[in-house]
Amino acid sequence: MAYEHQIDYDQRVIEIRGLYKSFGSLKVLQGVDLDVFKGENVVVLGRSGTGKSVLIKIIAGLLPPDAGTVDVLGRRVSELSEEALRALRLKLGFSFQNSALYDSMSIRENLEFPVIRNMPAMNKSSLNDLVKETLDAVGLLNKIDRMPSELSGGQRKRIGIARTLMLKPEIMLYDEPTAGLDPVTSVEINKLINEVQERYNTSAIIITHDLACAKTTGDRVVMLFEGKVAKEGSFQEVFASDDPEVQNFYNYNFIQ
Amino acid sequence: MYFYLRMYFWGVFSTMDACFPRHRVLRFASILQQAGKFSIRISLANETTSKSGLGARWEELTLGLYDAVRFLGRLFRQAVSRPFDFQEIIRQCYEIGYRSLPLITLTGFVTGIVFTKQSRPSLVSFGATSWLPSLIAIAMIRALAPLVTALICAGKVGSNIGAELGSMKVTEQIDAMEVSGSRPFNFLIVTRVAASTLMIPVLAMYCAFVGLLGSFLNIYQNEKTSFVTFIADAFEQISFLDLGTSLTKAISFGFTIGAVACYKGFYASNGTQGVGKAANTAVVLSMFLIFMEELVIVQVSNWLR
Repeated sequence: MAYEHQIDYDQRVIEIRGLYKSFGSLKVLQGVDLDVFKGENVVVLGRSGTGKSVLIKIIAGLLPPDAGTVDVLGRRVSELSEEALRALRLKLGFSFQNSALYDSMSIRENLEFPVIRNMPAMNKSSLNDLVKETLDAVGLLNKIDRMPSELSGGQRKRIGIARTLMLKPEIMLYDEPTAGLDPVTSVEINKLINEVQERYNTSAIIITHDLACAKTTGDRVVMLFEGKVAKEGSFQEVFASDDPEVQNFYNYNFIQ
Repeated sequence: MYFYLRMYFWGVFSTMDACFPRHRVLRFASILQQAGKFSIRISLANETTSKSGLGARWEELTLGLYDAVRFLGRLFRQAVSRPFDFQEIIRQCYEIGYRSLPLITLTGFVTGIVFTKQSRPSLVSFGATSWLPSLIAIAMIRALAPLVTALICAGKVGSNIGAELGSMKVTEQIDAMEVSGSRPFNFLIVTRVAASTLMIPVLAMYCAFVGLLGSFLNIYQNEKTSFVTFIADAFEQISFLDLGTSLTKAISFGFTIGAVACYKGFYASNGTQGVGKAANTAVVLSMFLIFMEELVIVQVSNWLR
């Protein structure tokens, strides 16, 4: 699987410095530093509860950080006004763990919604074309008039990704893209993530604890441990170490 | 007129000052605060994980009030700013107004009949059954129609909005709208509050109409009063102040139902349990507030009378 994409190491799209976040007495992030370069897929690995999801929620401005700075596309997220944050979010695509499809709307309406809300001037036929094109990209054009409840978990996930693609984001944030899916569907989702990177020229952060996903989608792997970045590098580099925490992770996933 | 008003308010505030001088209010507040901190310290010392005690409750209450005021501020700010989702408001009006019609028809009709039946014996005892139409009209229009409509809708509309927004919140659908820049506050909250503020008064008027109709049927059956006489008698005692008060009540009830249910739903947490809690507290809190508002508005309208 040779996907061609260009990584521009001169251009940082996400720059995180000394990020702290805690909920009450529970310390989640304790000084995370992370860079994402243009066109790069960064996989963030870690055990449940190490604050992986919190990290991307802070990047999207859904949660405020306690300390530290988060710059996305050169804008400091915590200092933006409501309107500026909204404008920045249009360049972010957020794929939620349980897809978060609007279950009162059909698939078509789900995909149309962000466009209608943000570009009300767009005419019907070009919107329709855009919906079809995007559904085609995720391979679910035949489900266009179904309701979200009629779809399987993997299909819902693809529709969720398709919905974020409608606004042509520059950065994708995937929260556990393969969680709760069978191995075959997981492989399809991994493929889709790589296709999105190639086709829409996006950078991405992929939150996961699935090593197969990390291996196929990640240009770089970052391992979070106790709220900090413990290991960083290519998949092979990270798992070459004999650190017991890292090894435990590896052994379970590949059953050795 | 302005002068009198100013004198009046001056009078009110100076009496308030006499009863609650500032230093006494502040001292009371600080005593409460100290008590709060103290009991929090105790509960922390006992290492009880769940918040308990007067202090924690007090803190929770003040924090809740602060959140509610901020929510209201945001609601008014967003309500007057673009974009205006008229289409969604109309859809919500349909959901809230039209879907409640059968229930309001039934309750309004039954209220009218039952109230007439229950009032008759006491009027019969001194031969004044001819007062029935005006009695019913006053009761229905001044008090029952807005109150019954509001309570029914608090149950039906309030729980519906609370559960719907609550489940959208806990399944991250609202977050998904937020991160796609779709302004969920305008789309979900402002439209629902606007629709319920518009629809509850309409439903209340309809409820009064249906109630009077029910009452007429019962009076026609017993006293053989004609429809024209019934209407003439009924509206003889109704002034514009009554109609205005009734409308004011209905509008504020409608706003309360919408705002409370949206607030509870929009800030729901803790999974499915949170959805149930949001729907439940939306109903309970809005019913409580409806009665409080009723009390205040009746008081004010009686001063004006």
